[in-house]
Amino acid sequence: MNARTTKLREIAKKLLDKQKVDVVIGFKKGTIPLKNTPFFATNSEEADLLLWDGNCIGNLAAYLPKMAGKRAAIVAQGCVSRNVVGLIQEKQVDSNNIYIIGMPCTGMLDPRKIIAAVPGEITEAVEDQLYVTARGKGFEITLNRSDVLNRNCDRCTVRNPVLFDEIASEPKPELKDPVRYEKIRAIEALPPEGRAESIDELLSPCIRCYACRDACPLCYCPECFVDKSSPQWCGKSQDDRDVLSYHLIRAFHTAGRCTECGACEEVCPMGIKIRLISGKVEKDIREIFDGYEAWKDLKTPPPLTVFQRDDPQPFVKE
Amino acid sequence: MEYMRLNKKNLAAFIEELKQKCEVWGPVKEGDQVKFAPVSNVSDVDLEQFKNTTMSPKEIFFPQSEIMLSFKREGEGANIYRDEQSVPSKKAIFGIRPCDARAFRILDMIFKNDQFADNYWLTKRDAVTLVGLGCKEPCSTCFCTSVNSHPFDETGLDVMVTDLGEHYLLRVLTKKGRELLAGSHVLREPSEANIEAYKTVRKNAEDAMTVQFGTDKVNGKTVLELFNEDYWQRISEPCLNCSTCSYVCPTCHCFDIQDEVFREGGQRIRNWESCMSWIFTVHATGHNPRPGKKERVRQRFMHKFKYIPMKRDGEIGCVGCGRCVTMCPVNIDVREVVKQMNS
Repeated sequence: MNARTTKLREIAKKLLDKQKVDVVIGFKKGTIPLKNTPFFATNSEEADLLLWDGNCIGNLAAYLPKMAGKRAAIVAQGCVSRNVVGLIQEKQVDSNNIYIIGMPCTGMLDPRKIIAAVPGEITEAVEDQLYVTARGKGFEITLNRSDVLNRNCDRCTVRNPVLFDEIASEPKPELKDPVRYEKIRAIEALPPEGRAESIDELLSPCIRCYACRDACPLCYCPECFVDKSSPQWCGKSQDDRDVLSYHLIRAFHTAGRCTECGACEEVCPMGIKIRLISGKVEKDIREIFDGYEAWKDLKTPPPLTVFQRDDPQPFVKE
Repeated sequence: MEYMRLNKKNLAAFIEELKQKCEVWGPVKEGDQVKFAPVSNVSDVDLEQFKNTTMSPKEIFFPQSEIMLSFKREGEGANIYRDEQSVPSKKAIFGIRPCDARAFRILDMIFKNDQFADNYWLTKRDAVTLVGLGCKEPCSTCFCTSVNSHPFDETGLDVMVTDLGEHYLLRVLTKKGRELLAGSHVLREPSEANIEAYKTVRKNAEDAMTVQFGTDKVNGKTVLELFNEDYWQRISEPCLNCSTCSYVCPTCHCFDIQDEVFREGGQRIRNWESCMSWIFTVHATGHNPRPGKKERVRQRFMHKFKYIPMKRDGEIGCVGCGRCVTMCPVNIDVREVVKQMNS
């Protein structure tokens, strides 16, 4: 067991035993390799099932708005802690009911990258700080952890929680100025038809399961625009314009709010790199609003939620 | 039972022979996904590496979006047109897995019963000959032997193919299958040893799979006993209520019908729908009889493991393909759920 898991269990047990919280939201080991499952521990026995490793995908903050008044502790790495800040700022959760167990993070593994690197079905995968070893019938392959990280984690600059009540380890070193947006820049450089084609191709495998929306802590609307039926706002079929409308409108709703947690891509059953769209919006906000990154503290509101007379508006064309 | 033998070297020639009779579909890689598609070049089909398709092949007969009819409201030609349902082409689907073929048989019962027959399903289904590929090496997420099936289940298939290394052994199961293979120049009479080898492969595959759960106690309990169990709350906790499990499932078959109108005309389209979505059950009044994820998650498992068996003579509404196990974003594992239901 790794040190962060040991510490996490210790904190969780203490919180539950002292009845400081009703539930600790974390992860427990999943039933298949490379996948953990979100877990809601309610007593110290259950707290012993909590763990932290490279398979804790998704974003636990997405569960918070639905906790219905329960006092919840949440395990939060950098991105998740930023989303908790966002939910507090957007008044979706009461900060008095939330206890943040900070979790310095070294990134989550991308199962697709690992599966692509081995010759058969993986029946066991183990990791340490530097390597991931995947085993299956007739093979055992060790990969560099840094080569098989999620595409958002490999360039993450906020691995450490920005807000926490207690922290499960020493902070992890942060990356300085990683290369970002290379694919987005390549699409931007295309003529309009090429950009449209790239997006259509990107979205062609979409089955509209809405896992991306449902995993996203920004998507807490009680009724999503795609579900509106009286009147209906968006077609429901696989018509590619309707599929596109869903993804583009959702991306715009994340403007200035996306923490680049990557949950949308991690949960996509079809492996669609959805962040090529939402990442473009995130990039624009960063460039237009002076390097703004969503919700790194409780005080700074996202730029699109406030009006200032000197707001930059390079998008207004003569 | 009729057996035939195909040397793997002649697979391309065999596919070409079949193409003279009908379209031939096989598992083809498309980006990251594997799906059944017309085989234009036999080298696109890698049966050696093939485990199963990413999505279930139900989409061949039950597409995610299907035009049921079109209409024009006024003016010249104002009418309702049902000719959108063109005559489907005859197809042979090569390489379908036994679990998925069994799922077609379950859906046949649902789309054609004593009350109605769904022509959209049936016309496409009738035009297809299913050539199955037995599972020599089932995946660790497969659990067909726990749901009344096995890796060489012939239910729903017209021909069963078994990989014997150098050869394929073909077992002809129906008249449709016999007609498909008739007149082939590359099929040979198998030897006794080939047939013995087939039996060994089949037995080894079955032995390799442990029965992971039973359903006997589920059958013994009443609907209300299962319905009111406490465990549904815990099972549903991590659920995102996305529709991944329903959409990748070979037996999920619910749909929603929408009229899409543009100017003076439009189309009536049926789209896959999922009981994981709140909108699936919301009433026009705003009341929702399945208000939360507990109710919705419970419905999915009760439907497959209680309601379908009750209505369809014990047939389980799950074939053990394991797609939901591998693709659920939060790892809600059907095997663990049924273990609890059967406890």
